[in-house]
Amino acid sequence: MVDLSTNCAGIRSPNPFWLASGPPSNTGDQVSRAFDAGWGGAVWKTIGVPIQNVTSRYGSIDYGGKRVVGFNNIELISDRSIDVNLKEIKDVKRRFPNHAVVSSLMVETKEEWKSLIERCEEVGVDGHELNFGCPHGMCERGMGSAVGQEPEVLAEITSWAKAYAKKPVLVKLTPNIGDIVEPGRAAVKGGADGLSLINTIKSLMGVDLDKMVPLPVVGTRSTNGGYCGPAVKPIALHMVAALARDPVARKLPISGIGGVSNWRDAAEFIALGSSSVQVCTAVMHYGFRIVEDMIEGLSTYMEEKGFKRLDDLVGRAVPAFVEWGELDLHYKIIASIDRDKCIGCELCYIACWDGAHQCIEKGKLGPAVIENGHALPQVKVPRILEDHCTGCNLCSLVCPVDGCITMKRVDDGKNPVTWNELVAKTQLIKAH
Amino acid sequence: MAAPETRALPARRLELMMPDLKPALTEAQARAEASRCLYCNDAPCIAACPTAINIPEFIRKIDSGNYRGSARTILDANILGYSCALVCPVEVLCVGACVYNHQDRPPIQIGLLQRFATERAYEKGTRFFEKGAPTGKRVALVGAGPASLACAHELTRLGHEAVCLEARQLPGGLNTTGCAPYKIRSETALLEVDYIKGIGFEVRTGVEVGGNVTLAELEKTYDAIFLGVGLGPDSRLGLPGENLRGVLGACDLIERIKNRETVPEVEAAREAVVVGGGNTAIDIARELARLGLHVTQLYRRGPTEMGAYAHEQTYARKEGVEFRYWEQPVAYVAGKQGPEKERVRSVQCVKMAQTGAGRQPEPVRGSEHELPADLVAVATGQEKLVSQLRTIAGIKFGADGRIEVEPSTCATGNSRYWAGGDCANGGKEVVNAAAEGKRAARAIDAAFKAALRRAPGAGARGA
Repeated sequence: MVDLSTNCAGIRSPNPFWLASGPPSNTGDQVSRAFDAGWGGAVWKTIGVPIQNVTSRYGSIDYGGKRVVGFNNIELISDRSIDVNLKEIKDVKRRFPNHAVVSSLMVETKEEWKSLIERCEEVGVDGHELNFGCPHGMCERGMGSAVGQEPEVLAEITSWAKAYAKKPVLVKLTPNIGDIVEPGRAAVKGGADGLSLINTIKSLMGVDLDKMVPLPVVGTRSTNGGYCGPAVKPIALHMVAALARDPVARKLPISGIGGVSNWRDAAEFIALGSSSVQVCTAVMHYGFRIVEDMIEGLSTYMEEKGFKRLDDLVGRAVPAFVEWGELDLHYKIIASIDRDKCIGCELCYIACWDGAHQCIEKGKLGPAVIENGHALPQVKVPRILEDHCTGCNLCSLVCPVDGCITMKRVDDGKNPVTWNELVAKTQLIKAH
Repeated sequence: MAAPETRALPARRLELMMPDLKPALTEAQARAEASRCLYCNDAPCIAACPTAINIPEFIRKIDSGNYRGSARTILDANILGYSCALVCPVEVLCVGACVYNHQDRPPIQIGLLQRFATERAYEKGTRFFEKGAPTGKRVALVGAGPASLACAHELTRLGHEAVCLEARQLPGGLNTTGCAPYKIRSETALLEVDYIKGIGFEVRTGVEVGGNVTLAELEKTYDAIFLGVGLGPDSRLGLPGENLRGVLGACDLIERIKNRETVPEVEAAREAVVVGGGNTAIDIARELARLGLHVTQLYRRGPTEMGAYAHEQTYARKEGVEFRYWEQPVAYVAGKQGPEKERVRSVQCVKMAQTGAGRQPEPVRGSEHELPADLVAVATGQEKLVSQLRTIAGIKFGADGRIEVEPSTCATGNSRYWAGGDCANGGKEVVNAAAEGKRAARAIDAAFKAALRRAPGAGARGA
């Protein structure tokens, strides 16, 4: 059996799967049911001065018959009183002493931060997450992403929190910035114990073309919201990895967030440096029950790969994440089509011809094969122009048949050279 | 809105007892199915469609919710796209060519998606095409079946005046009188006729060319003539007892089931014998089985030689049709007494055997036996309707009686005559007729234009 237990910035939990701060972690009842289902931790729905919400609050992108590929919300922080939230946290911690309960916090003044942090610790939270990320509503009031976008302010408020907190402090980062490393380093400067990211991405979900109001519709108006769900995973992975390899920020453990729907997504976040992962949209879509497959899938994968503890997997793929200039310019692959698997859809051909580098030729029909007086359907297998193929990979990505188009290595594997090396060599020549 | 012609149909018909074989998709089903389509480039389904409908494009439009555009794509290629969606043997055409078949995944249900798009346009009464600017040219179309309708529609789009002359009381050809009711009902066929001619051409029914109007008269009045007369009455084998009550040609019987209020021969029957191995034979066998009769189908060769589509044979078997291969009838036998003497009561059969490869099967001596039957449907082909056409100078006929045409233009040996549909192709699908009719229209248009170029001063002129 592999050991999935984790210690993320000093916050311990039986597995790395935490509910992200959001509607699924709004109440003690929900968090209790989540823990019963198998979740290892929960970041409580952000607590602060109670707000008033609007309806509707959510929008989604559907694609290819799948619902909620991308999701956004214009919901604010908890609309329940601080007292009620704290009482329920206390109850949950009493029932689940070994699970992680993290208080997500968002207030304005130094006094408010002090009071809220101390009160949360009194009811037994295992850590705090400073919500410097929400890109809607709260930022207009000087909180959420308004803080996350100002490294100086972020560092300062983090240092306040650290001064009052005995428990670990995670800083939740907004992706709505130019370079995630800046707020990451600011969190280091402020003394944070860890980072959690990403918060949602500023977004507009679409437009109701009958009403001429963007989505989600609130009466006759709409506003920008926070984008999340499976579609944001690549953006989140990049930001997690950028921090995991940054010489300054990498000292902080990471709780990875952004489009995690299954164990494979989670494993990717972990391999890029996360020691816990947080999930919200997938739970909003399918419920707490998805954690069963996440635990089982991750355990099986780790067992098959020989990872005994979660820590063995954390950050494993980070060293391979480099700048473009460090890539091997001599590494050469070309596409290869398996004639037996090809179904003749020509999607590779049209993608290459119109959308890439014109290296695939249309297939030709062979002589007709007649059976029972009818010509058997034939497959026109396209042909890769191997001398021209740039190895871009587009054909294999659009091919609907698994394993039909593969990329074959054609270089000799020797003498790798990077752009940075070439530049350095040129400069060396110039210097002489 | 019901087509005016549907008034000529009795409200009660046997065909109404046969529900849709493939029920229409709901919107949710259609969207889900459309989203599965790979949107192949140069798709094999298009190549498999005689009318070359841009199938991936119309499916993509269903997927995006552009239903109107989807119907336009279909009908632009094939104005009979609605009935084709219902009656096409998609298993051997578009659906059979779907690339998913090579991946052992269920192929896209193209016929049902085409039905979804076109049915919606029909229900909403959406019209897509208009009469072209008048050229002054007039074309007579003999027959008002799929070939003539497709030809007349295309001619009208090109600005020519088209008139379909139909000998029957109902237009629509085999869609109205011959296609299996569980695929298309006669009123559906008539609705489609109404929609098609809504572009602005005339369909005159009860006009028999060679009867109340002559070809010579047509030649005087029209600049071109399109022959879409279809096939003639059911062939007869010349067996004893062929004239007994209860022995009917398959096409005749199907027409009665589809268009008449009652068909006493069917309603009184329990044991039916179908003679033949083609698609018409399978059709009538399945129809009778669906009406509750026990059906035995006789075919003088084996299952692999059967002309009927393999999928149709499979369906028929599932529906309880009993196939007897290597057997053929030698006589239809009447009852013994009173009115029974006029009615068929059994079929005398003989077993057949092939004496060598490629040889005609021959009766096996001493193998005679009798099958009980109170209804016999003879589906051994149809005669060609050639007698009056033989008089047209230049038109040639094949050995099998079909009109010989140049395949790319449907032109006959007479420069004023074109021909398409069953009378020229020997009896194919509605979709083939639709393709040929349209092709002929384009060729007729080209011929008119070529004539104008030759005689530039002549200009357009009405007769």
